[in-house]
Amino acid sequence: MSPTREEQHWMYRNMVTSRRFEEAIAKIYFEGKSPAFNMANGPIPGEMHLSDGQEPVAVGVCAHLTPEDVVTATHRPHHQAIAKGVDLDKMAAEIFGKKTGLSGGRGGHMHLFDDDVNFACSGIIAQGMGPAVGAALSRKMQGKPGVAVAFVGEGAVNQGGWHEAMNLAAVWNLPFICVVEDNGWGISVAKKTASSIGSHADRAAAYGIPGKRIEGNDPYAIYEAAGEAIARARAGEGPSLLECETYRLAGHFMGDAEAYRPEGEKDALFEKDPIPKMRERLLAEGAASEAELSTIEEESAARVDAAIKFARESDDAAPEDALTRVFAA
Amino acid sequence: MTKSNERKLTIARAMAEATAQEMRIDPSVFVMGEDIGPLGGVYGNTRGLIEEFGAERIRDTPISETAFIGAAVGAAQDGMRPVVELMFVDFFGVCFDAIYNLMAKNIYFSGGNVKVPMVLMTSTGGGYSDGGQHSQCLYGTFAHLPGMKVVAPSNAYDAKGLMTAAMRDDSPVVYMYHKGLQGMGWLGTEAGATVHVPEEPYTLEIGKAKVVREGKDVSIVSCGMGVHNALKAAKKLEEQGVGAEVVDLVSLVPLDRDTIRASVAKTGRLIVVDEDYMSYGLSGEIIATVTEHDISVLKAAPKRVAFPDVPIPFARVMEQFCLPNPDKIVAAWDEMQAA
Ligand SMILES: Cc1ncc(C[n+]2csc(CCOP(=O)(O)OP(=O)(O)O)c2C)c(N)n1
Repeated sequence: MSPTREEQHWMYRNMVTSRRFEEAIAKIYFEGKSPAFNMANGPIPGEMHLSDGQEPVAVGVCAHLTPEDVVTATHRPHHQAIAKGVDLDKMAAEIFGKKTGLSGGRGGHMHLFDDDVNFACSGIIAQGMGPAVGAALSRKMQGKPGVAVAFVGEGAVNQGGWHEAMNLAAVWNLPFICVVEDNGWGISVAKKTASSIGSHADRAAAYGIPGKRIEGNDPYAIYEAAGEAIARARAGEGPSLLECETYRLAGHFMGDAEAYRPEGEKDALFEKDPIPKMRERLLAEGAASEAELSTIEEESAARVDAAIKFARESDDAAPEDALTRVFAA
Repeated sequence: MTKSNERKLTIARAMAEATAQEMRIDPSVFVMGEDIGPLGGVYGNTRGLIEEFGAERIRDTPISETAFIGAAVGAAQDGMRPVVELMFVDFFGVCFDAIYNLMAKNIYFSGGNVKVPMVLMTSTGGGYSDGGQHSQCLYGTFAHLPGMKVVAPSNAYDAKGLMTAAMRDDSPVVYMYHKGLQGMGWLGTEAGATVHVPEEPYTLEIGKAKVVREGKDVSIVSCGMGVHNALKAAKKLEEQGVGAEVVDLVSLVPLDRDTIRASVAKTGRLIVVDEDYMSYGLSGEIIATVTEHDISVLKAAPKRVAFPDVPIPFARVMEQFCLPNPDKIVAAWDEMQAA
């Protein structure tokens, strides 16, 4: 299964939009935080986890999803949110803590919710698994179409909740896919020192479901594997586990000095940046012209600029609104 | 003043120093947790330890809190003295069984025949827009459940003495440190938490509160970051001619009820400052401590300045609106006078 020309353009567009969005955030993030980096201050306060380099996983999987399908994401959610079609203006405003944000500023960067496209995320490691499995169960019980995808990091696979959810999805034969984004690091802890096996995809055997590892941070290979897994789920054939090799080009969070990285690892990663690689491939294979790609890049940049402008110009959340919306209306 | 008294440490460095000193004399002490090795802990409280003690005794763990906190219980019962870190107290949800059904109950279930000498360090508090899953205090949650001692230092001197005491204690101790007091530049830090700390090891008695400022008109009782807010409020009240006494609880379990009662008996008025959620928590417990003992000491109804019962909002203006601060404490005094 390979992506159509149109899908390839969609994938490239979303990768570029995600990257531009994060570049914009990275630039604004330190405003008002100098001289000492004080994360309480500035237009974007709080912790910030960027997903630069991990875009192929989000687009390779989400290319197969519709707004009806459910996605749960992690503490590093922007690329997944953008690929799932979360409203970019409202998402930017949320990250700035504005009234116009997805939750009016209540949730913030790690707790983005957009029910229009069935997207949610959580800052607690592996805790998107249960809700995604539950959404898959609910679809099955109601006879509603759609699949649920939980994105997690490779570190999350060592959580008890991850294993419980995988087993539940398997015994109940649910339309569920767990996508592991393996960027090699859980904050400062290398995968090889935290996991007893090299490929988390092998863990699928413990649940009697298909598991596949995709090397190379390659959007095409991810597209293909995700397509098979999602088709299986849609056909009622049950859950799958995919582990995608990917790269975190930024630190764990903004301000991370990354002293734990082996010398030179970072430079080597930049050479493998998936966005220029995809661009070259699109041109080489004749899937897009230089002019088409430039248009996609310009439109993506404009889209991001508009979202950032919207966020900046929106009103701050009203302080006393903090006390509202605790319970359902 | 001796040389050792001249140096000031942050809470983070005081915790690391206490741990290192104890590890040098007691080979059964070891540390486990996420990013506590080469990174030195997200809040700096294990910095330098791996260089001295190596990866066998300073163990980076997978993100598997249920397993490594449960393992600490087993190791503690088997003769070791583990110090484990739960990076943010908010993460207790994935591993609470290991904490409150194992760590906290095994001494009791064994009829006192086993010891569970372990320390669970965990960060608390918000104020920097990290959202509702990374900003809670949860003092009441941990203090409510029997079987674990709970401490919460407000400055580096207490932090070192409590850390040493916690490592030497044969019961489990939950050591709750406030992020805004750690001395991490990237978080912004409360200057009052960085104080003189002796070089030699010493212990602070767990279960003993401190009167950190004397006054005759009102007792302001708090812990951790709340103590600094209380001291700032006390300064403002002094300008109005009001003498505020500030009680730093230091330990939440055991709770030094005598010191609280003595202070309120002296001042006749009580304001409790709690960064944890208001209802069913620390603030109610402190008030009950006074009122169920001798309500006649009170000249006014007690007041609480606590986090309202809502999840911690992300947006800075919303979060600041909810957090206790010196002005809210002064306002509580004003309301008390107006009543
Ligand atoms: C239950 C829980 N434990 C610890 C953390 C702290 N934490 C946040 S991100 C992270 C590393 C996650 O690694 P991984 O799952 O590989 O995702 P990545 O950050 O690499 O995208 C940790 C330990 C948390 N948020 N939740």
